[in-house]
Amino acid sequence: MTENLSIKDRMAIERVRMSAQEADARSRNFAEVNLGLTEAEAIREARRCLQCKTRKCVEGCPVNVSIPEFVTALATGDLARAAAILQKDNALPAVCGRVCPQEVQCEAHCVRGVKGEPVAIGYLERFVADWAMAHPGRLTTDNPTPPASGKRVAVVGCGPAGLTAAGELTRLGHEVIVFEALHDTGGVLRYGIPEFRLPKRIIDSEVARLVHSGVVIECNVIIGKTLTLQQVREEFDAVYVANGAGLPVMLGIPGENLKGVYAANEYLTRVNLMGAGLDPAARTPILRGRQVAVIGGGNTAMDCVRTARRLGAERAMLVYRRSGAEMPARAEEIHHAREEGVEFIMLTSPLAIVDDNQGWARALRCQRMELGEPDASGRRRPLPVPGDVFDLEVDVVVNALGTRANPLLTATAPELALNRWGNIEAAPTGATSQPGVYAGGDIVRGGATVILAMGDGKQGAAAIHTYLQQSV
Amino acid sequence: MFEVIRNETLAPSLHRMVIRAPRIAAARKAGQFVIVRAATDEERIPLTIGDADPQAGTITLFIQAIGASTHRIVAVPAGGALRDVAGPLGMATEMERWGRVACVGGGVGTAVLYPMAKALAQIGNEVTTIIGGRSAPYIILADELAVFSATVKITTEDGSCGRQGFVTAELAELIADPDRRPEAVFAVGPVPMMRAVAELTRPVGIKTIVSLNPIMIDGTGMCGGCRVEVGGESKFACVDGPEFDGHLVNFATLADRLTMYRDHAGSCRLG
Repeated sequence: MTENLSIKDRMAIERVRMSAQEADARSRNFAEVNLGLTEAEAIREARRCLQCKTRKCVEGCPVNVSIPEFVTALATGDLARAAAILQKDNALPAVCGRVCPQEVQCEAHCVRGVKGEPVAIGYLERFVADWAMAHPGRLTTDNPTPPASGKRVAVVGCGPAGLTAAGELTRLGHEVIVFEALHDTGGVLRYGIPEFRLPKRIIDSEVARLVHSGVVIECNVIIGKTLTLQQVREEFDAVYVANGAGLPVMLGIPGENLKGVYAANEYLTRVNLMGAGLDPAARTPILRGRQVAVIGGGNTAMDCVRTARRLGAERAMLVYRRSGAEMPARAEEIHHAREEGVEFIMLTSPLAIVDDNQGWARALRCQRMELGEPDASGRRRPLPVPGDVFDLEVDVVVNALGTRANPLLTATAPELALNRWGNIEAAPTGATSQPGVYAGGDIVRGGATVILAMGDGKQGAAAIHTYLQQSV
Repeated sequence: MFEVIRNETLAPSLHRMVIRAPRIAAARKAGQFVIVRAATDEERIPLTIGDADPQAGTITLFIQAIGASTHRIVAVPAGGALRDVAGPLGMATEMERWGRVACVGGGVGTAVLYPMAKALAQIGNEVTTIIGGRSAPYIILADELAVFSATVKITTEDGSCGRQGFVTAELAELIADPDRRPEAVFAVGPVPMMRAVAELTRPVGIKTIVSLNPIMIDGTGMCGGCRVEVGGESKFACVDGPEFDGHLVNFATLADRLTMYRDHAGSCRLG
């Protein structure tokens, strides 16, 4: 199929709308919210791309996907070629198509966004990746397997950074073993991101593709405990450390250890990794609150509050100390949460969790805030409104304030330089203070996004490849 | 998969299992634990490593079958396998030559106490061991503890073995005797027992270490579910513990949080 459209024809096409499960129904089930594009919709959307020479969208992508190229292939109906281009640049395209904040990355740079709406690059990525998953027999690879380098690389952590690095290094001919602390793969993709945003079958399928390409994954191995970093370093030619975020930041308010109070990671892990409230066969329990307050304004907070709704909460409330405009969550998540009946209680800061005299959380005592002058982050600083204190009735409280550095590996690796927050100090290439040891993702960045972790993994793999070629 | 080499019943619903896990056996120190799942869908269960044989590549676990997931673990016979065994997790017991130490175990807590007591004896402490249980069948590891203990005292609630009463009675006598008074006390057992021991040693200022077993999921510090209040701060038993200064632990909160999924079993709160 050829594509003979004038710029004017392309400009005339309106941006596609993603079809989604109806809000009332989906707020009571865990099935994926977005339903994906049809082939006709995807091809039509791809034809909106102007194929501009500046390729600004690629600059906006942390893993530099060849966006105009895969979109062109799609526009001409050559799905196999689109898939090959996408998979060459991105180890986890079906994941990125679902969880990347495209509105501040590739799509923010799209020329069509200057006057009107950008090309829906995220939707197209998802469409092509899902098509590839459904049609393995039609995929063509223009990358023949490289000769084995004879070098062995250990990857610590099976999350987005680790999987990306593992995929890249395998493709470059190195033997890769991924050590994962939990009993299953995917890291935060599996324990953190809910089924309704990123179905587990997508993770399974992407991981299976990497395993098929030669990546070996060993679960239940905790580097820093089961084996020290030094032991691993001695056995392998290089190590990539991507063991992720660590301990949750506590609220530091009275009542945070009452029954019914969760840190976001526990709440999400129970449901996502252990299947609590989701899978009837799962043994791990979860409290189904009727009135649930989630504290925070990021993607994790949004995942928690939407999970609470699906577990049956009549009131699922998001409590955030700034206003809606400052919330760091992805625009689509905020939009979906509103549609699903989540209550946004903005400019509100928790003071205490009040008990029911039997050890259970009963109310969240809150301080009303107002916005003052901009602070160091450029956002207007929230200040308490004197005397404006009120109680929200709750039976479950989830703290989604974020995480501190993970100490498990670094505590037994004194040779590794850390920054003052306890995160591993690494150059943009991922190089650490130790030769042959590279690091990326949340263990370096603190809490960040899947795609930034993947960008780190890609850069780290390239740097390790260079290092291995030099150290003959 | 982790092969089960041996599985025997020590006391009613208490099993001793030997598991092949060479890396854990090599890395493990006294006081550390593993997370175990017999099969998919089961809960992740934290279990103290009772003993290890690095040469044979095996670890020994003591498991009290109290819930569905622990029953599933002890049901795996020798020759079978456990799906997941991850560790060693937590901090090791702080080893110090105190001189005289008392090691106090209640019920299945005695199994957690065993590796601590053994390690303390190995570095030259004089160990007095006091173990208690509901009745004679619940007194475990007495012979094993006797191998390295200067004395082993036994108490049962019904008097069917040793002295009738609680471990605290024996400990109180020990503390009152200037010739036998311990420099440090290590206590592992049900929360009320550990609290009673801590209250006994607090007024006389004897350092008291307790090993806590709160509800846990990942065991690596990621989820924060196992937090306990120690000295007014939230600590994570999985990475900061599981052993803490008994005089600083808020036992009331600990006991309360342990009932989080018990009180409301079957009610609409639970999923």
